[in-house]
Amino acid sequence: MEKLSTRHLLGIKELSKADIELIFSTAGNFKEVINRPIKKVPSLRDITIANLFFENSTRTKLSFELAEKRLSADVINFSASASSVTKGETLIDTVNNILAMKVDMVVMRHPNPGAHAFLSKHIDATIVNAGDGAHEHPTQALLDAFSMRHELGDLTGKKVVIVGDILHSRVALSNIYCLQKLGAKVMVCGPPTLIPKYISSLGVQVSYKLDEALEWCDAAMMLRIQLERQGGDEHSGVKFFPSLREYHNLYGLTMKRLDQLKTVPIILHPGPINRGVEISSEVADSEHSIILNQVENGVAVRMAVLYLLASSNN
Amino acid sequence: MKNNRIILDQIQLELAIQRLCYQLIENHNDFSNSVILGLQPRGVILAKRIHTELVKITSNESIPLGSLDTTFFRDDFRRRDTPIIANKTQIDFIIENKKVILIDDVLYTGRTIRAGLDAMLAYGRPDLVELLVLVDRRYGRHLPIEPNYIGTTIDSVSSERVEAKWVETDGVDEIILKENTK
Repeated sequence: MEKLSTRHLLGIKELSKADIELIFSTAGNFKEVINRPIKKVPSLRDITIANLFFENSTRTKLSFELAEKRLSADVINFSASASSVTKGETLIDTVNNILAMKVDMVVMRHPNPGAHAFLSKHIDATIVNAGDGAHEHPTQALLDAFSMRHELGDLTGKKVVIVGDILHSRVALSNIYCLQKLGAKVMVCGPPTLIPKYISSLGVQVSYKLDEALEWCDAAMMLRIQLERQGGDEHSGVKFFPSLREYHNLYGLTMKRLDQLKTVPIILHPGPINRGVEISSEVADSEHSIILNQVENGVAVRMAVLYLLASSNN
Repeated sequence: MKNNRIILDQIQLELAIQRLCYQLIENHNDFSNSVILGLQPRGVILAKRIHTELVKITSNESIPLGSLDTTFFRDDFRRRDTPIIANKTQIDFIIENKKVILIDDVLYTGRTIRAGLDAMLAYGRPDLVELLVLVDRRYGRHLPIEPNYIGTTIDSVSSERVEAKWVETDGVDEIILKENTK
C-alpha cells in the first residue's frame, strides 16, 4: 500500500511526485471531513503534537492547530517570545525537554534555514517544517498547488507566475519545487533587487514586467513585501525599492491591469495581504481571487500531512 | 489458489439480493423515511445493487443512497505498516431522524461496522440503524454487533478469508472462501 517516502516533512525538495499526489488525494478526503456537521475524526487520538514557533505566525499556527484538533491529537503550543530561548537555551535542549514530555510530532517554525534538517538528525520525533527562514514552507506550497489544481485541473504544462519579494520568500522556493514536480511552468516576477541572482538555475523564467507576466500565466501568486526581513519599515525607508507607492505602481495587481488581459488568471496570495501594496482590495475581493479557498484547503492539506506522517511512523 | 470454495455463485447471489430487498420492503414500506448507506469500499457496490433492485421492485426512484468511508474512524490506525488510504464519503441527504440501513459485504470481527457507526454519527442522530450484510461469518466477532439482514451465513476459521467479487470491479459475480496465504 502507498505511504510517504519520508519520515519528516522538511521541504518539498525531498518529496517525490507520488508523495505529493498521495497528500493531495488524502487532503481531498479531509476536505470532505471538514465540511461535515461534525468536523472531527479520531485518527490521531493517541498522538501528541508540539507546535514550536520560534517566529511569529498567525494563520499557519492556527491552521496547524485546527488540523491537529480536527484529527483529535493532543496539542501543546510554544512560542519563543515567552520561553527559555530568551534565557539562552539551545534549540536541541529546548526540543529535547519538550520531547521528554512524550511528544510524538513537532511542528516547527524557525528563523534559521535548515533548523529542521539539523534537528531531524538529533531527535526521534517526526518533524514538520512550518517555515524555516527564507528557505522552505512546504505545507504552504502544497496547499497552493492543491488549490490551483482544484481550479485548473492537472497542472502539467500550466503556467504560474510568482510575483513580488522572491528574495526573502520561503513560499516562493517551496512553490517552485512543488509546481515543477507537478509539471507546471514557473516564472518569477518582481523588481531586480528582489529576485535572487541565480534563480534561473532552478529552471524558472524571470520577468521584470508584471503585465507581460500576467499575459503569460494561468495563475498568479502575489507575495507580500516582507518589510521585517528587509531591515526597514514603512517609515524608516525600505532598502530594496524606492517606495511602497512606486512598488504598487510597478508591481501591484490592480483591476486596471486585469481588465487589459485577454484571459484573467486565478489569483493566489499566501497571506497576510498588504492591501494597496502588492494587490489592490478590489482584486483581492474579486471572483478571480481564491485566497480564502487557500485558507480552507490549508487545514485539509495539513491534516493529510499529519495523518500520513503519523501513520508511517508506528 | 487451491481450496477455494464458492459460497455464492452468480445465480445464488442474485437470489440473495432479491430476497434481501423483499425483506427491506417488509420493514421500510415505501422508504419515505429510510436511507441506504454503503460502507466503502466493497459495501458500496452491494448497496448500489440493492438500490437498483429496490427501485426496480418498488418503482420508487427517490430512495436515498450514499457511501460512507470508515478510514479515519478505524481502531487499527498506527498499528499497521502503511497508512490506510481513505475513500470517498458521499451523503447528499440528512440522516437526522431517519432509518439508516448500513450495508457491507462481509461481517466478521465487527470492527469495520463499529467504525462505520462512529463515522455515520458525524452526520447526525438517526432514528434507527439497521445492518445488512451479504455474508455473516459466525463465531468471529470481536464486538457485540449483529446484522438485521443476512444474505448467507458461513462458519469459517480465522486462517480463511471471504472475498466478494463483483462484475463492476472483478469481472465476475461470486463470493468465495479462500485459504489465507499471508
